[in-house]
Amino acid sequence: MSTAMLPEEFAECEPFAAKWCIPTEAARYAERLNSTIAEMQLFYDAMYPRVRDAMAHLDKFSLHELPDRELNLLHLVYSLIMVSLPVEVWHQPTVIDSGTAYFDRYLEPSP
Amino acid sequence: MARPGKPPAESWTGRLPDLGTGLVSYEDSISPEFYELEREAVFRRAWLNVGRIEQLPRKGTFFTKDLPVAKTSLIVTRGLDDRVRAFHNVCRHRGNKLLWGETPRHETRGSCREFMCKYHGWRYGLDGSLKFVLQEEEYFDFDKADFPLVSVHCEVWEGFLFVNLADEPSQSLLEFLGPMVRGLEGYPFHLLTERYAFRADLLSNWKIFLDAFQEYYHAPILHSQQQVPALRNFQTGFKVPHFQMDGPHRLMSTGGWKGVPRHMTPAEQMYPIEHVTEAGLMGPWERPDIPELDPAALPAGLNPGGLDPWSISNFQIFPNFVILVYERGWYLTYQYWPTSHSTHTWEMSFYFPPSRTASERIRHEVTAVVSKEAGLQDAGTLDGTQLGLESRVIDAYPLCDQEVTVRHLHKVVGDWVRSYLREGKEVPV
Repeated sequence: MSTAMLPEEFAECEPFAAKWCIPTEAARYAERLNSTIAEMQLFYDAMYPRVRDAMAHLDKFSLHELPDRELNLLHLVYSLIMVSLPVEVWHQPTVIDSGTAYFDRYLEPSP
Repeated sequence: MARPGKPPAESWTGRLPDLGTGLVSYEDSISPEFYELEREAVFRRAWLNVGRIEQLPRKGTFFTKDLPVAKTSLIVTRGLDDRVRAFHNVCRHRGNKLLWGETPRHETRGSCREFMCKYHGWRYGLDGSLKFVLQEEEYFDFDKADFPLVSVHCEVWEGFLFVNLADEPSQSLLEFLGPMVRGLEGYPFHLLTERYAFRADLLSNWKIFLDAFQEYYHAPILHSQQQVPALRNFQTGFKVPHFQMDGPHRLMSTGGWKGVPRHMTPAEQMYPIEHVTEAGLMGPWERPDIPELDPAALPAGLNPGGLDPWSISNFQIFPNFVILVYERGWYLTYQYWPTSHSTHTWEMSFYFPPSRTASERIRHEVTAVVSKEAGLQDAGTLDGTQLGLESRVIDAYPLCDQEVTVRHLHKVVGDWVRSYLREGKEVPV
């Protein structure tokens, strides 16, 4: 039996699933701050080219009845969004000029 | 020299002669004594937004709202008669805070038929009436009817819940909001119920953060990275083509970055994540196909300057509530709750139509993430502004024409404090 977390069409993203399939923004933000820009770049390089495919794949399911692997894939896309600005813009895990500011997202839709 | 975007031969500041054009003091943001006056003059006299009707979805639902600025906590609830009421969150028996979360310093929410005090078990109905007293016969000349929860004036406008802590507000909520803010009436807020809510404890006076989000003069500098490197330019003109003031409230409308809405920007002029998901700072590129969100169906007061293209209207509702409505079919709110003269708790919520597909949800996530990152830059700078002001090296500062909103806020707060010292109850109109 396969232990894959993601749908098989996304097998090349599987090495990143254990670290980046994270259901809440608060935990994704924490993971980003605990990661190096090199780690995020590797994940980004694997995941970015598959974002449109992932959106098309997920749209075949009802958002509120996603099977486990599809739910993981959705969370992986959320993490891609979380690392995109560090990789594309800031070139560091934190936002440039954000000082000591911290915004806590305490309410969000699920999934 | 005229800047692109600025109406010819116009001065927004000059239209409001009361504001003057002189230097401005921010003593109102660094003085503990002024803060004590502001608590009474502003926060105990103005109507304050404490949430949305969607937070009270059914009869018997409630939430608490702690207001350190007024040294109180409120219970806001929907009664069995469907009426929304607010009460001070204090038991009539021995003064215990009635409802709390993890600790008495944490807010809570839920659903019930009666509120019970954890201390001696006194119970109150959703209408505030005292329903049960443990061993009532032991009290002296006692009538439960004399000990309801202390009620607070509470009104609902377009689904926004407002309270007023005055014994008798000198204006009704609708009088207070006035015609400019009421121009939002009819916007389909009730359809935008997918909410992303954030909270932050920030190291500045509440007005200093309001100031940061009520002028866009800072945007090309502090947020230079919102543009790809090839497009960064520190001379980006007069960024707000429409300002409006009405009483204590302000409105700014914009036509988009350099007048071009983000969804019309060429791919090489944006970041890859925006391009691949078709969403960004300004929202998802596709407006949801909801008839009520069609621009033709929107209230005229949403874009009273008639901007074309129009992208955002930023309603600054005195004293501490902001609604930004985006042309792409979503809105966000900010609330600034003072906790001392030099600190405040800030809240931000994004509201979208409920996602029908994963793609829609992903686009909302992009907007919520990108927008938060820009906000972190604004918030990160506040600490420095507060420190600089508190050095008191300088006591008067210049403001340019596109900072007219900053000038207006500090003037209005000063007016409210002066009128409180002079007359007490009546607020300036």
